[in-house]
Order: sequence, then structure tokens, then C-alpha cells
Amino acid sequence: MTVILAPTPVTVADAPQLPFLVRFRLKGTPWIPILILLLIIVAAMGGESIAPHDPNGLDLGAAFRPPFWQAGGSYDYLLGTDNLGRDVLSRIIAGARVSAIVVLYAIGFSGAIGTMLGIMAGYFGGIVDMIIVRITEIMMAIPTLALALIFTATMDPGLSTVIIVIVLTYWTWYARIIRSEILSLRERDYVAFAKVAGCGPVTIFLRHLVPNIFNTLVVLMTLQVGQVIIFEASLSFLGVGIQPPDTSWGLMLADARQYITYAWWGITMPGIAIILTCLSSNLIGDWLRDLLDPKRRQL
Amino acid sequence: MTAAPLLQVENLQMHLHLRRGVVKAVDGVSFEVHEGETLGIVGESGSGKTMTCLSILRLLPIHSDGRLDGSVKLDGEDLLQLSEEDMASRVRGPKVAMISQDPMTSLNPVYTVGDQVSGPFLYHKLVRTVREAMAAAAQGLRRVRIPSPERRLKNYPHQFSGGMRQRVVTAMAIACSPRLLIADEPTTALDVTIQVQIMNLLRSIQQDSKVGIILVTHDLSIVAGLCHRIAVMYAGRIIETGKVRDIYRNPQHPYTQALLQAIPHLGQKRSRLAAIPGQPPNLIDPPKGCRFAQRCPKRMSVCDDYPPATDLGDRHVVNCWLAAKQ
Amino acid sequence: MRIVFAKGLLNALISMLGASLIIFIMSRLSGDPLSLLLPMDAPQSAVQAMRHELGLDRPMWDQYLIFLWKAVQGDFGRSYRWQMPAIELVFERLPATIYLAMAAFAFSLALAIPLGVLSAVRRGSWIDQIARIIAMLGQAVPSFWVGLLLILVFAVNLQWLPAFGADGVQHVILPAIALGWYPVAAQTRVIRSGMLEVLDSDYIRMGRAVGTPERLLIWKYAFRNALLPLVTIMGVYFAYMLSGSFVVETVFAWPGLGRTVVEAVFARDYPVVQAGVLITSILFVLSNFLVDLSYSIIDPRIRL
Repeated sequence: MTVILAPTPVTVADAPQLPFLVRFRLKGTPWIPILILLLIIVAAMGGESIAPHDPNGLDLGAAFRPPFWQAGGSYDYLLGTDNLGRDVLSRIIAGARVSAIVVLYAIGFSGAIGTMLGIMAGYFGGIVDMIIVRITEIMMAIPTLALALIFTATMDPGLSTVIIVIVLTYWTWYARIIRSEILSLRERDYVAFAKVAGCGPVTIFLRHLVPNIFNTLVVLMTLQVGQVIIFEASLSFLGVGIQPPDTSWGLMLADARQYITYAWWGITMPGIAIILTCLSSNLIGDWLRDLLDPKRRQL
Repeated sequence: MTAAPLLQVENLQMHLHLRRGVVKAVDGVSFEVHEGETLGIVGESGSGKTMTCLSILRLLPIHSDGRLDGSVKLDGEDLLQLSEEDMASRVRGPKVAMISQDPMTSLNPVYTVGDQVSGPFLYHKLVRTVREAMAAAAQGLRRVRIPSPERRLKNYPHQFSGGMRQRVVTAMAIACSPRLLIADEPTTALDVTIQVQIMNLLRSIQQDSKVGIILVTHDLSIVAGLCHRIAVMYAGRIIETGKVRDIYRNPQHPYTQALLQAIPHLGQKRSRLAAIPGQPPNLIDPPKGCRFAQRCPKRMSVCDDYPPATDLGDRHVVNCWLAAKQ
Repeated sequence: MRIVFAKGLLNALISMLGASLIIFIMSRLSGDPLSLLLPMDAPQSAVQAMRHELGLDRPMWDQYLIFLWKAVQGDFGRSYRWQMPAIELVFERLPATIYLAMAAFAFSLALAIPLGVLSAVRRGSWIDQIARIIAMLGQAVPSFWVGLLLILVFAVNLQWLPAFGADGVQHVILPAIALGWYPVAAQTRVIRSGMLEVLDSDYIRMGRAVGTPERLLIWKYAFRNALLPLVTIMGVYFAYMLSGSFVVETVFAWPGLGRTVVEAVFARDYPVVQAGVLITSILFVLSNFLVDLSYSIIDPRIRL
């Protein structure tokens, strides 16, 4: 015998999200991370042509020059030089290019494969779902770096091996998340309404599932930029990733480790490059997530 | 009743500072509760009933920056002036306790019922050892008529039904024989038959211990059976208060009248529950005048000013221009 | 309880089996392992004999079953480099890795629990800000760089702690911090959001309404509930520890399994790589299984 005092307003809580560009707002935009990321993208595109020195130019006479603000440093080598006299800044710029290539290909492929399998698992269900889920579970049972090591132990290390390894280990994330997204979307009222209203599977897919998945993908991919960069750096640091004469931030750290006692900048500068890139992409990813999905906005 | 009231609340205000602005959840509420008396607080959700109760216990909703003003005198002592330590060690439990709305979520799922019911005995030093506390807890469960209490102490909340859980919560609340018991919609989440049992339990506890009860509800049929007096809340304020009989037979405020009309009566053709059109005002920036005016069928131009309290005798007080003009 | 146990064990077995299959496929992807075993100019007959001896002339499935059968018996072959059975080498190096992982785990929890709880209890305070910054940095700073920085500051500049080796407690401090660094961020976040949710719950309010002391309310009644989400991610972070041990052990020259496997990769010492990775995976699967079990101990609702 409950007294109904006021009509409850009917809310449409689960309507599909608008594409993110429409909802773009200036308030709260992480300008500094965007700026840093843009700077790194410019460095990656320019590569050696905008580097002040040849990243591989040996000059033993100029070895171990400190950064410009320290005694003995010069504006010629802004961030100092390494044990072989190579300019640290130029090598960081060259490394940005490698990182960008790895990120682009690895995230592109793992995202595409993972999304496809995730959609298949979620949409078809049954045996297809079971097999795909099982495979992702098994892949996740092997520590990612161990998987990478066993793979690189048999393949020749290098840029393409790094990309393949990352794709092999990262597609499971997309598959799992997209699958659960599809599963929950299928249960939503508006999808059910669309079905009742006589929309075919293709219409439902394009009108209702794709926009939602698109948002999730954008966020997931952005958040994964940092992880991929760290993963690549770890592989290169171990010596099973990028091989000289190519350069990468992880490789620079591996080199600099040998002379850690002589030149602090050797390990500091590439590390800062990694951190700034990861931090920026993570912050942008968090911002995008809040922007695209208000429901997940945390306290 | 000429004796000093057990609880005297005067001009109580609870303002919550949220990102959107300051919500005046409770905005100048005054009432009193005597020993052995039950006051029903009635109103729709968001009218400030629960917030009023939490204010008495000084439990502000977490994650919000809140401010309490006015006075809440229990046995003459102003609770709003006490330190937080005093509130925890002296007041909450032995003086005022609360039964909250949903028995399914009011018990900690990862501790046994015995642990939770025996707690208050230990915190307020009514017993010295854990063993004594467990014995007291068993006694407490017996008091709320839970069968084989010793055995049930070892059970976890999920092993109890909803009605049984509300009994456990009640046992926890009355463990230290509080002077005032606040029951915040104690039966909303329960089946009708269980509701009656819990209400009977509250009544018998009151007969045994002379405890004052504040019963918060939006279900007027419950109020009639258990309460001595009623306070009707709307948008953070009490708009009418009086003895149950006076409120039922002679409601003065149009809002109270609408509430009563909304109760289906036995024998009456139950075609449709009357709903009051419109929505309660925004509590961030409430209207200056009568807060019900926008929805009121008898609105007058004078309603733009806040109506004064009119005493109709026998502590029946209403804030409405209609009553003030007579 | 028995059903939970049996189900978990079955899942764990399937995962281990799958891991062994993947390891097998991966190590055969490159083509002929013989090219490394025999000199380039070995006669065709010798190649054939070797191929037959290793079972490489049989179908892939047979080869996998042979690999699996031998793996179950602990036979991964002999290490080319160390001249001992690969499995013995792995078990010889494993304790050091587990010791390091435990130390790292202890470090991360010792930091994350107080940080997470206090940042939830005092929301918006300076401690909450610190937790926020750590959470942000945790994901962005690679553990091997933390290791290098720790060496630079504490071993090279301050000379407080040794940078390499494993002779005593002082040797484990820096590697444990480097390895435990990343989980601190995630664990702090999980505890914080768990605590925030629990502190807002009806039962905590009920506890407060009967005068439960704040200290008990937070550390006993709320904390145990907030622990549940932490336990679920524990398996993930143990996996991270194992994965991270490859890098961190290399940075600190820690004589554990991780560094041994990395060295074996360079030496193309396949038996050691296979055994090391498979044992790591099994450890990981087992730890997940144990986490599932402990979950049912903390939460009485799923005790059967």
C-alpha cells in the first residue's frame, strides 16, 4: 500500500552515445598531454631530418658530454652525448619514430584482430564464443614477456618481430572487452526494441552496436599506447627487441646502463621520454573515457 | 504531556555542499519526541526525512561536505555541540540508535551476526569479555524473537531471510537500550506480512523500555497503527504536525490532504491512486514562499511569502496561509 | 567448496595444457631447430638421423604429444649452455625469483594498503593527492627504468645499497622496489575505490549508528570488504611480477629464473627457455587458482 506521490520521470538512460567529436568540449581538456603527444608525433614524423645530429654519428672525441646546463655541456648537444659521442636528443627523436611505428602497427593489428574475434564471440555465442574465450584465457595464462621471449628466441629479433609479439599478446584484451561489451549491449532495452521493431541484424549492428564499440575502442587504444611503448622498451632493453643500427628508447637505456656511473643523463633522458609519452597518452585516454562514457565516470 | 521532551529538535538545518551547489536537505526543522512516544515522519522521497534522522545522529552522507545548524537536545544535552568522540562513545548506541532502510544491505556480509550484534556491548563497555558479549548478543537475538539464537550467532547475514535480518539489525540497535530509536523506513523492503511482524516487534520493544521512536515512512497506513503523532515533511521542512487522529480527521495543509487522499481505503473502488501533479522544488535554490505552492490546487497570491506556523490547539501545528487566515 | 575446488583445478589444468601447446607452437614457428644443433655442412644422413632421434619426422600432433609427455616427466632436454637437464637448472634458479617476487609483493602491499585506505578515508587530503600521483606514475614508468634510477641514486650516488648480486637482505631491497613499483599504483587504486564504495554502504553507516569506534569501522569492518577486489587482481599482479622479473632480474643481475631465461634466449638454449616459460606459466595458473580459493575464504557468501 505504497502511496505514489509523484510520477517518476521516465529516463532514457541507455541511449547510444553520440560520436565523440560532437560531444567534444573544451572544458577539462588535457592540453599539456595533447601538446606533448603532438610534439612526439612531430619528432616521429620528422625523424632524422629534424634531429640536430646524426643519431648514429660516432664522435668519440665528444663522448660523455653532459646536458647543456651542466658544467662541460654545450648548446650543441642539448641533452648530452653517450659513450660513443652520439647526441642523446637526436637519438630520442629517432627513437620516437620507432615507437610511433610500433604503436601504430601493433595497436592497429591487435585492435583489429581482437575486435573481430570479440564481436564474433559476443554475437554468435555458443561454441565460437567458448573457443575464443578459452584461447584468450590460455594466452593470458602465459606472462606476456615470457611469451615474447619464447617467440623472439626462435625468430630473428627486429622491428617486425616486436610488432608481431605485441599483436600476439595484446589482441586478447580487445577480444575480451569487446566481447563483454557486445554481450551487455545485446541485453539493452533499445537493442531489444529495435529487434521488436523489425530491424535486421545488420541495422542493429550498424546503428546500435558499432557506435558503442567505437567509443570503447578509441579509449582502449589510447590507453594502450603507453603499455605498448613500455613493452617495446622492455624488449629492446633486454636485447630481443629493436636491433642496432635502429634506435629505440629501450635500446638507449640498455646502452646507457653500461656507463651508468659516468653519465646520469644516459638513463634519465630516454626514461623521461618514455614516461612523458605514457603519461600523456594515459591522461588523454582517461579524459576520453570520461568524455565518451559518463556512466563510467568515477567519483 | 508536561514533562520535558526526550528529544527536542529546534531549527535544524543540514546543508550539503555539492559540486552543483548547496543543497538545503533539511531547512529549519523543529519537533519533539517524548519518552515512550512514537513520532511518524511522513513525506515523499527527497523531502528530507532520512536526512533529518541522520542529522540527529550527526551522520552526514559520506563524500559530501555538510553543515549542521540549530540544536538537537537529547535529555537536555545539545548533540550538535558534542565532539565526534563523544558522539561515538556516549551517544550512538546507548542514547540514540538507528534501524536503517534495507535489511539486505545493513549487515556486514563478511562478518558473522554474532560479531556484529555483540559489538555494541563491547564498544560501550557493558561487558568485559568477548564471551560475555556473545551471551549478551544471544540474549539480544532472543529479544527480537529469533529462534535458537546461540546457533544463529555463528551464521553470516546471507544465511538469514530479509525479515530475520531486520530483526538482527533491530537487535543491534537496541543492544545498549537506547533512549531514542530511529527507524528509517524499516519495512519498505519487506513483504507485507513481515512488515506487520516488525511493527509489532517495535511496539513491544517500546512497551518494555519506554523508548522514544522516530518512524520515518512514506506509507501512511503504517503510521496510523504505530505512531502517536505525525510530522509531515515537504522539501526539507515540516509543514504540518499533530496527533495521528487530528492529522487523519482534520488535515489542514493541502499537501497532507493530498497524501491522505492517495491512500486507498477498504471498500472504496480502487480504480487509481491519486497522484499529486508536478515535482518538488529544487533544494539548491528553493522558492522563497510556500514550497508546495507550485503544486498546490488552492494556491493564493499570499503564498509567495512563507506561511507562519498556526497552532490549532492540542499541538496540531500547520504552516499554511489557509489555516492562518481563518 | 569441493565443487569450487574441482572446477578451479579443471580450469587450471586446461590453461596449463593450452600454455604448453602455445609454447610448443611458438618454438616451432621458426622452422627447423636442427639448423642450430648441427653444423651447417653436416651430411644429409646425419640430419636424417638427428631428425628421427628427436622425433621431428613425425606429424606435428605426435611431436606435441611427445613434447607434452616428456614435459610432464620433467624432461625438457639438456641445456646446451649449462650442460645439465634444463628442468634442474630452472628449479635451481626458481627460489631466488620467488623470493624476489614475495619481497616485491610485500613492498607493494605495505605501501598500497595504508595509502589506499587513508586516501579513501580522507578524500581530497594531501595523502589522497599523493595516492593520485603515484597511481598516475605507476602506469607510465617502466619497472626497469625505476630499477636503473634506484641504482643511480642509491647505489652509485649515495652508495647506501648494493646494485648487483644477491648475498643478503640489503641486496633484495632495490630489486623489490623496482618490481613492486607498478602494482603499488594499481593496488592503491583498487583499495581506494573499494574503500570508498564500502564506506558509503549501509552496513558501515549502521555500524557507525551503534557507536562502533572509527578505527574498528575502517580497519576491521570496511577493510575486509574492500579486500575482496584486491584479492581478485592479486593473480594478475603475481603474473606481472613473474613477467617483470625477466627485466628486473636483468637490471640487478639477480640470479633468478628470469635472468636465466633471458640469457638462454640469447644463447638459443631452447630447452631452458621452454622449461623456464612453461614453469612460469604453471606458477601463474596455480597462483590464480589459489587466489580463487582464498577469495572464497574471505567472502563467506561464496563458501559452499
